[in-house]
Amino acid sequence: MKTYHEVAGDGGSDIPGQVARREARMRVRMASVAHSLAVMSGKGGVGKSAVTANLAAALAMLGHRVGVLDADINGPCMAKMLGVRGKALKLAPDGVQPAAGPLGIKVVSMDLLLPRTAAPVEWDAPAPPHPHTWRGALEATALEEFLADTAWGELDFLLVDLPPGPERWAGLHGLLPQCDAVIAVTIPSQVAQLTMQRSVISAQRLKAKLLGVVENMCNYLCPQCGASQPLFPAEGEAQAAALGMPVLARIPFDPRLAACCDRGAPFVAAHRATAAGTAFMALAARVSGYCDSREEER
Amino acid sequence: MKFLCVACDEAMQFVEAAEAPRGDTLTAVFGCPRCAARVALLANPWETQLVRSMGVSIGGRTAVHEPLEVVRARLAESRLLWTDEAEQRLARVPEFVRPMVRESVEHHARERGCREITCEVMDEVKSSMRM
Repeated sequence: MKTYHEVAGDGGSDIPGQVARREARMRVRMASVAHSLAVMSGKGGVGKSAVTANLAAALAMLGHRVGVLDADINGPCMAKMLGVRGKALKLAPDGVQPAAGPLGIKVVSMDLLLPRTAAPVEWDAPAPPHPHTWRGALEATALEEFLADTAWGELDFLLVDLPPGPERWAGLHGLLPQCDAVIAVTIPSQVAQLTMQRSVISAQRLKAKLLGVVENMCNYLCPQCGASQPLFPAEGEAQAAALGMPVLARIPFDPRLAACCDRGAPFVAAHRATAAGTAFMALAARVSGYCDSREEER
Repeated sequence: MKFLCVACDEAMQFVEAAEAPRGDTLTAVFGCPRCAARVALLANPWETQLVRSMGVSIGGRTAVHEPLEVVRARLAESRLLWTDEAEQRLARVPEFVRPMVRESVEHHARERGCREITCEVMDEVKSSMRM
């Protein structure tokens, strides 16, 4: 009796063909994106999305065309941080038009499809018990559709803001092999860095190009005297060096950053001259420089 | 997944598929091209949901892919997408009544199972209001 691999085709469903056509759609869409870059973290709460939003803004301030995809399907916040929450995605002949954020940043997020309340993502599923059997697949399909069905247009950078978790970049890379460059965001606490190391090692095993680590909330500047005090005891630089990665930026804690995120206005645009603003601009310059050099290598 | 006719050692071919009236299960029929024997795959609710979640169709796909097709079809509650033309037309409505018009157009569209708001849907709403 024949075994699986001895039977050609799948009886007419052509599931591999359906998947291949989706992948082809993705390739066509991504052809107009010069650099796609994932922003990941190990643990949640390290300020990854705030870094993504401000890196996007800083890149735009350097004159780049930037798009942001919020890959956090269940906890989307990029629409809020980039001031497009409440705007709607529109349908155009060439796909879904992303929402227009500050500095011309194009934003796509699940938040823009959800009701305008704080309703969670709920799927219409006839098999509500045991959602673990299908939810991951549906979330991956959603991410693939957001990438491939959005009319991104010509972009210099597409930043993909991943949800926290060491496995997240692998999931994205499976859908979007072109996205092979990663920035890891952490805070200088050993707990956060342990999980970040897992994320980094997981990405390294898949041959990701790890641009480096962004150390967020690295210190606190006294508003009175300007003295810098560490917020956490761990040495982030040593941790990054142990993983063979440079520290791309050290962002000091600034309460105005959280306020700007809440307002949907990029901090770096409003407070460029501050220590954190300068750090974001330097981060953007490094990312931009890296991508330029990579372009030349190609 | 593939089906093999054991008697003929021949790959079976897809014949037809149908969802159960409750929408939670899927039946797919395959037939042997040699002996014409038929078998039916009866997918349970989890398997059916998994196939839907992957955005693939058992039996092949002929329909053109629509933007965000799976997301929009599977979200329990989602905003409707408006075409540019429909948005432009809405923008001509006085601002103070715009939210109300948007809501009634979307209500009408949902009732009719429309997945996006086009100028045609807006025309339908306009006509129904005249009645």
